Amino acid sequence: MTTATERSVPKPVFTDAEAGAKEFPDSTARRFNYFTPQKRKQTHYEDVTVEVQPDPRHYLAQGWLYGFADGRGGYPLDWTALKAWGSDRPEPERGPGTGGQGYEWPAHGWHEFRDPNEEWELSLYRYNANVVRQVNQNVDAARQAKAFEQWNPNWVRFVQQHIGAWMHVDHGLGLYLFANANRRGPTNMHNTAIAVNSMHLIRAAQDLALYQLTLSEEIEGFDGTAHLETWNADPAWQGVRETAERLTGIDDWGEAVFAANVVFQPLVGELFRSQLVMQAAPRNGDFVTPTIVGAEEYDFAERDLRYTRALYELLTSDREFADHNKRTLNAWLAEWAGTSIGAARAMQPLWSQPDHKPLRFEDALDRVKSRFAGIVTDLGLDIPKELER
Amino acid sequence: MSRQSVAKAHQKIQELAWEPMYHQPVSHYGTDYTFRKAQKKDPLKQVLRSYFPMQEEKDHRVYGASDGAIRGNMFRQVQERWLEWQKLFLSIIPLPEISAARAMPLLFRNVPNPELHNGQAIQMIDEVRHSTIQQNLKRLYMNNYIDPAGFNSSLRNFQNDYCGTIGRQFAEGFITGDAITAASIYLTIVAETAFTNTLFVAMPAEAAANGDYLLPTVFHSVQSDESRHISNGYATLLMALADEGNHQLLERDLRYAWWNNHRVVDAAIGTFIEYGTKDRRKDRESYAEMWRRWIYDDYYRSYLVPLEKYGLVIPHDLIEESWNQIWNKGYVHEVAQFFATGWLANYWRIDPMTDKDFEWFEYKYPGWYDRYGKWWENYNRLSTPNGHHPIVAEDVDYQYPHRCWTCMVPCLVREDMVMAEVNGQWRTYCHEVCRWTDVEAFRPTYQGRQTPNMGQLIGAREWETLYHGWNWADVVKDMGYVRDDGKTMVAQPHLNLDDPKKMWTLDHLRRMGPLQSPNVLLNEMTDEERAAFHAQYIRGGPAGRFAR
Repeated sequence: MTTATERSVPKPVFTDAEAGAKEFPDSTARRFNYFTPQKRKQTHYEDVTVEVQPDPRHYLAQGWLYGFADGRGGYPLDWTALKAWGSDRPEPERGPGTGGQGYEWPAHGWHEFRDPNEEWELSLYRYNANVVRQVNQNVDAARQAKAFEQWNPNWVRFVQQHIGAWMHVDHGLGLYLFANANRRGPTNMHNTAIAVNSMHLIRAAQDLALYQLTLSEEIEGFDGTAHLETWNADPAWQGVRETAERLTGIDDWGEAVFAANVVFQPLVGELFRSQLVMQAAPRNGDFVTPTIVGAEEYDFAERDLRYTRALYELLTSDREFADHNKRTLNAWLAEWAGTSIGAARAMQPLWSQPDHKPLRFEDALDRVKSRFAGIVTDLGLDIPKELER
Repeated sequence: MSRQSVAKAHQKIQELAWEPMYHQPVSHYGTDYTFRKAQKKDPLKQVLRSYFPMQEEKDHRVYGASDGAIRGNMFRQVQERWLEWQKLFLSIIPLPEISAARAMPLLFRNVPNPELHNGQAIQMIDEVRHSTIQQNLKRLYMNNYIDPAGFNSSLRNFQNDYCGTIGRQFAEGFITGDAITAASIYLTIVAETAFTNTLFVAMPAEAAANGDYLLPTVFHSVQSDESRHISNGYATLLMALADEGNHQLLERDLRYAWWNNHRVVDAAIGTFIEYGTKDRRKDRESYAEMWRRWIYDDYYRSYLVPLEKYGLVIPHDLIEESWNQIWNKGYVHEVAQFFATGWLANYWRIDPMTDKDFEWFEYKYPGWYDRYGKWWENYNRLSTPNGHHPIVAEDVDYQYPHRCWTCMVPCLVREDMVMAEVNGQWRTYCHEVCRWTDVEAFRPTYQGRQTPNMGQLIGAREWETLYHGWNWADVVKDMGYVRDDGKTMVAQPHLNLDDPKKMWTLDHLRRMGPLQSPNVLLNEMTDEERAAFHAQYIRGGPAGRFAR
């Protein structure tokens, strides 16, 4: 007879450690108690983002522990010229017997920002997974339907050169403006929204690049590298390129996000995507490209612009620094509207390239100017005269 | 999903990168390292088309398990001893995770390889995932575990508690100072490649043994992203090694990063695994055994040593010394004892050790009882209020330790404590390597070489100093570690929730003497007194005993 040796494994134990098993002080205190929600009830989004990035002005009793070579640590508020109420409050001094109290939460107005998209990991993966699935399905369906055979040679050339050139803008801004800015904002809510924005752009760039790869396989003679020459040398693109490069060179994170999402995207991005590509493609037998470019357009118009509006609305209506912020933002508007309009106008030759023409360039530009003016006015800012260039 | 191969797709997205022609991207972060442009490949070839659905699928599994745990009443089988320590761990860890996301831009301008930037951007969003999924786990614990106190105040308490402050190095070290030191060597080469093994693999296994299968569900999902991050670090390290001028800095940074990770991570995770478990099977691995397997064999021998042939100077001596600290000098036990000594300044409950625990410790760490047994018997004896003070103010032959100015874990292995006068302040360090870190490594010159981008250690680094001269009741109130009746403390040195009389309140603390900062007292001494004090201190221990 053989005897089985008992395996050594942890044994389940009944501990009755579930909520409600006993009553004692705090036994029903089941909400995070260190922040004030934006609305009456704390949201799931707030629970997983608020206060993860600390602030010496409220609870961070011992201050930041590691600094740059200049001795500054954490997330200095003066990494942008913009200010929220309380921004000028000094960090509490600590020393023998000072205790650890900071200012009452939120200590300053930056902490009042909430991303209206309520982005956190669950939402961002669901959203982006849905987008890439749909984009893939659209491309696969088009391939199976031999849809690319309907394209005329001029439109093939347009897609390989100009849709291809746009993906460089997405990639550059996604990586070197938005991903870079995710280290710069004063709260976790800012930086998480900015990081998600970054991934929208990087994903959109890759969506377009992989679309190009498919087209290289599906369309005989499709030059999958033509976008490089267009991006590097086509005069119609050099204004966009120079502006995109300038945007990545901005030191102030508040200016960078504002210039990209309030000025450049409405005046140049939407002009190219909504007013050119999505108008011209169907007339030229292309029902696929608008779905890919449209996914990016939705990212911007419905999500990235949405958090951007919320971010800057708080600042232009700030109880202490509204005037300061408006002055600052108006100056940035003037600078970046002028640059963006210049870039937009340089793209004008693209409108004449497809066989079947889209809306006239000037009409398209008027549309985006009008939308831009609406965004600016909603923020309580002045419509810059540079818009009329 | 797609007929295109991953390799082809990855090759295609490399065309997205471009060299600036008109303006350079902003350069916010400096480094003393130098890099030459090199065609170093992104080893994982990740494209977002497959990445997002993959992560979504991983999420489905995690959130499905979360629902299952609630429906299946997992919390009826969870050990309170274990979950209480999660109040500390889960208050710390979301910040290091999000800091790792914030660290990625430090590399963009300093590592001239666009292919690696793609990997870094994916790491950035991975880290957003980790931070928020861990916050969500804590929220679930708060909602479903018997005692929400400490979970509900988590991020306030993490920021003002000395344990949280120790843990915060494992975040701030990623995002400040020399960009390569921080975001590459400290974060990816050491923290992620070496120590996530104990954090995200060894510790979840212990959670499962204590009835909690959600921690493994979440953290194994997190760990499955780490291989990407390890590859990011490896590729950057190989680029750095290509320039001989970097070798001196690499040697410095590996020494600092290794030692700091050992001091911080081994202190915390060692304590959770050894003192937070009820699983006392003799054949379950001790933390020392896990460390030997995951850190010494898997990281040191399999990952680090092979890099020696490329010119990397490996800190063999510090790796052996870390083992010496864990195995011979009782580092983890000393830390756990200190956390329990200071239970009243924390926001979780610490269960006393029982005879069964004693037997296991003695089996795994021969000689443990002679060192620590008596003290833990005293802890048990003093755990419920009965006319005495909390153990920190009772005569149990425990000398309250000095803080290490660098790693901020106290100087617990008494014989190793060293002192230095820096910027007019006498500082204490738990070990010579921590003194070196502050006095020599984190300086604008290193061994005669200009290192203008090296960071600084800043902040009010001794928690006790903030409360020097305060009554303990006021300290606890100031930090906010009080339950909703306004007097019962969040922390307790036992797990008994049945009898209100057995729970410590602010009134009990009011009778204690004032808190004294060892560092303030040290700086009030004359030179002779200080030298005598030091001579006495290093003759103390183990287990915090006064020198005989």
